[in-house]
Amino acid sequence: MPVAPPNGNNNAPAMAPATATATATATATGTADAAATAASAAATVAESGQQLDSANANSSSSSNSEAISTAVTSCSANVTNAAAVPVVSSNSSNSASSSSASSNSNNCTATVAAATPPPSSKTVSIRDATAPSGSGASASKSSGLLSVGSNHHHHHHHSSQSQSQSQSPSAQSQPPAAPSVPQQPPHHQRGSKNEDAPNILVYKKMEAIIEKMQAESGGVAVRTVKAFMSKVPSVFTGADLVAWILKNFDVEDVTEALHFAHLLSSHGYIFPIDDHALTVKNDGTFYRFQTPYFWPSNCWEPENTDYAVYLCKRTMQNKTRLELADYEAENLAKLQKMFSRKWEFIFMQAESQSKVAKKRDKLERKVLDSQERAFWDVHRPMPGCVNTTEIDIKKAYRRGGSSHGTGSAGASVAKNPVEQLTRIIALRKQKLERRTIKVSKAAEALVAYYDQYNEFDYFLTSPELPNPWQTDSTEMWDTEKNSKDVPVRRVKRWAFSLRELLNDAIGRDQFTKFLEKEYSGENLKFWESVQEMKALPQSEIKEAIQKIWQEFLAPDAPCPVNVDSKSVELAREAVNSPNGPNRWCFDVAASHVYHLMKSDSYSRYLRSEMYKDYVNCSRKKVKSIPNLFGVKR
Amino acid sequence: MSECAASASNVNANEKMASLLKEAENLKAKLEEERQKLNDVNLSNIAERLEQIAFVNIKPRKVLKGHQAKVLCTDWSPDKRHIISSSQDGRLIIWDAFTTNKEHAVTMPTTWIMACAYAPSGNYVACGGLDNKVTVYPITSDEEMAAKKRTVGTHTSYMSCCIYPNSDQQILTGSGDSTCALWDVESGQLLQSFHGHSGDVMAIDLAPNETGNTFVSGSCDRMAFIWDMRSGHVVQSFEGHQSDVNSVKFHPCGDAIATGSDDSSCRLYDMRADREVAVFAKESIIFGVNSVDFSVSGRLLFAGYNDYTVNLWDTLKSERVCLLYGHENKVSCVQVSPDGTALSTGSWDYTIRVWA
Repeated sequence: MPVAPPNGNNNAPAMAPATATATATATATGTADAAATAASAAATVAESGQQLDSANANSSSSSNSEAISTAVTSCSANVTNAAAVPVVSSNSSNSASSSSASSNSNNCTATVAAATPPPSSKTVSIRDATAPSGSGASASKSSGLLSVGSNHHHHHHHSSQSQSQSQSPSAQSQPPAAPSVPQQPPHHQRGSKNEDAPNILVYKKMEAIIEKMQAESGGVAVRTVKAFMSKVPSVFTGADLVAWILKNFDVEDVTEALHFAHLLSSHGYIFPIDDHALTVKNDGTFYRFQTPYFWPSNCWEPENTDYAVYLCKRTMQNKTRLELADYEAENLAKLQKMFSRKWEFIFMQAESQSKVAKKRDKLERKVLDSQERAFWDVHRPMPGCVNTTEIDIKKAYRRGGSSHGTGSAGASVAKNPVEQLTRIIALRKQKLERRTIKVSKAAEALVAYYDQYNEFDYFLTSPELPNPWQTDSTEMWDTEKNSKDVPVRRVKRWAFSLRELLNDAIGRDQFTKFLEKEYSGENLKFWESVQEMKALPQSEIKEAIQKIWQEFLAPDAPCPVNVDSKSVELAREAVNSPNGPNRWCFDVAASHVYHLMKSDSYSRYLRSEMYKDYVNCSRKKVKSIPNLFGVKR
Repeated sequence: MSECAASASNVNANEKMASLLKEAENLKAKLEEERQKLNDVNLSNIAERLEQIAFVNIKPRKVLKGHQAKVLCTDWSPDKRHIISSSQDGRLIIWDAFTTNKEHAVTMPTTWIMACAYAPSGNYVACGGLDNKVTVYPITSDEEMAAKKRTVGTHTSYMSCCIYPNSDQQILTGSGDSTCALWDVESGQLLQSFHGHSGDVMAIDLAPNETGNTFVSGSCDRMAFIWDMRSGHVVQSFEGHQSDVNSVKFHPCGDAIATGSDDSSCRLYDMRADREVAVFAKESIIFGVNSVDFSVSGRLLFAGYNDYTVNLWDTLKSERVCLLYGHENKVSCVQVSPDGTALSTGSWDYTIRVWA
């Protein structure tokens, strides 16, 4: 299934359209055919009757913001597509109908947390008012996209699933045990996993660490803390956590340990028991482990209806700890507006969940409530917090399946394992035939390069003139432009290699003068002409090639270069090639000349009075620095 | 086709696959054996004689704020102080990084501008992304920039990376369609296409040698290839990464490359030894690498990670030198300035930072 991204839902049954996943959003939005097909599949999508003309798919970007605000205010369904519409291979459109109508705003194409509305269901897409907009209305960091897929048949919710978790914060010194398997597997809320997907790779690594943290022995100590009039079950302190990381990982210092803890938290594996901001402080603040059921590796892509039920439920439980934060209240108001027609249904859901919750053990409830809250803090983060479930759109593009997890539109090779293997075999054969040097030789060369360039590395050595970025003085750059005072360090570099000499405009100028004195200027001229020709637009290539041929290589050339007859013959063939000459036709001759210059004129230049004078001249201006001319390149 | 024949051809296909797999494995073993013979010592052993890098003088110097979404790519101007950046907000911004002023802002007809590059003259910029295209803008006034833009090339999937190979007249691109392509800017003609990767191409870099005929590419097929621009053929290939290769960069000497991958490691491959010579990884680093670049001497490798940090690696001793904190979301791109005086980093936190 080509369009399905790593998290994309491959087995989205038509009956459970809520499946559509945000990664699918990213993909579908990025693909013209997909979006178009999806749009036509969902031709009647719009509650307001607004219909996406698939032909407009490409041009709707500019009106996106407007369309979105319309959607917000009128609560009308609105199918926009993201501005980006690449070409897709034909097979991707097949799946598009099973993917989803992509309703998305231009900036948020990869908001994984956002659910894509399913086809044949009513869809409303609004962008959170605080979301960044291309028109520059707001610069908030929130990438919150409230993309809502509503479906009346849809009656499956995380919270109801969490009810089926029978685990209790047993023994209270233990972290909450893994919940029992929900009676109804949440297929339609999860994207299918691609074990190779980059984000899954990271989740797995984090989970291995979390498991270590939860180990009976050698883990982080989890306890139940007695507070005034109540108990706080299954918690550990930030200080304990940071100490554990310092002890068990090769982190450098407390800062790195804290950063590591923060990442575990922002991905929802551990969370502060009463703060929506998923971060960790190195103090006595209490944290709790998330139940594996809610781990992001399960590829939750919860719907806004679920979010609505959850928020609604919170308002029914009059506990201070469950009170809605301001941004949650705002979200609830928006959702209520959006789902006005089905609010009764959402309310009923919330009520029934709330009833079930009330029957639970008090401590168990505390833990479950906090875990559910943390889940939403990951998937609908507080403004200003990073949504860690967003993935790179390039990665979302990759199709699932192949172990090499590859393939966007054109990667036909990826679909053909035989061809892929044949290629790998050819590459390995090529490698076997290659003559190589010993690792010690290569390593010596890398170390020698460092030795030579060490004093030019601004991050390791302080420069002759102050670094502009460190001092806010542009003296260094100003001096560079002034060809009168060439710093001695710069002149020294000319001795490293012919490339260094030629890369420096003044160095090249000096070398040209030297060659003229030696009556061998044509070599450099030829080499330069070839480089210049290669940089020309295609339309001017032919003429330039003729000119170079006439001037340097032809039998009666006015400025003949000293090239072996074989190279000349190769050049002649290339110049007269029936397909027309190409820009690389003098490459062999040019590289021959280059080596000639390198082994002959260049070394003579370095020994010449001309170069020595130049060095001395620049040295007078700057204090002496040890001579390194003996260093060979 | 009869059922029998179909199953027979199936068997044949399976057998063919099996024999190919076996051949590939055999070659791998043989290759390892051959390379082992020349693997006489570790790079870090050779580097033992060098002093440890005790201190790197690097601090945050500038913060460039103005994008309204994730910064996806940045490129230094040849003038050493301007930076161009592209973002998911569909905008291209040209900054005077030294003063932190925005000099130009151009809105693209697409979001997710994944790549942008300065022309060697500093007079043009190329960019593209989810639109599958590479578009060139002259750097003039904002209005004129938008009016005078030109589409040079089109891929069949997103364009992930682009560079000018030593000339304003050509652009080299890499794409999610698993190919790279060299375009003639003036005519839009495809001068050469590069087929060989079996996954999305994520990054390319031009060899810093005098001819500029070779470049390197990194791909989601976990490989890095060295290409000959003239023939369009792979001349060297490097494997070893366990996941997508997101970034490739030539060592300034031109004889080695560094890669950054979603397997949370960076690697150093030497082209003369034709093999991996160092791996830069730590147990505590679990997030993927998006971007790498070398300091002038090649001793330091800057790597931007999905864990919001930039790690500085000592490439010779294979040790981490230090960590740069500051970004509040994934670091999408890092690049050392042309004269090596500063490091720029772009992030999903909407900002670009300059360190020196």
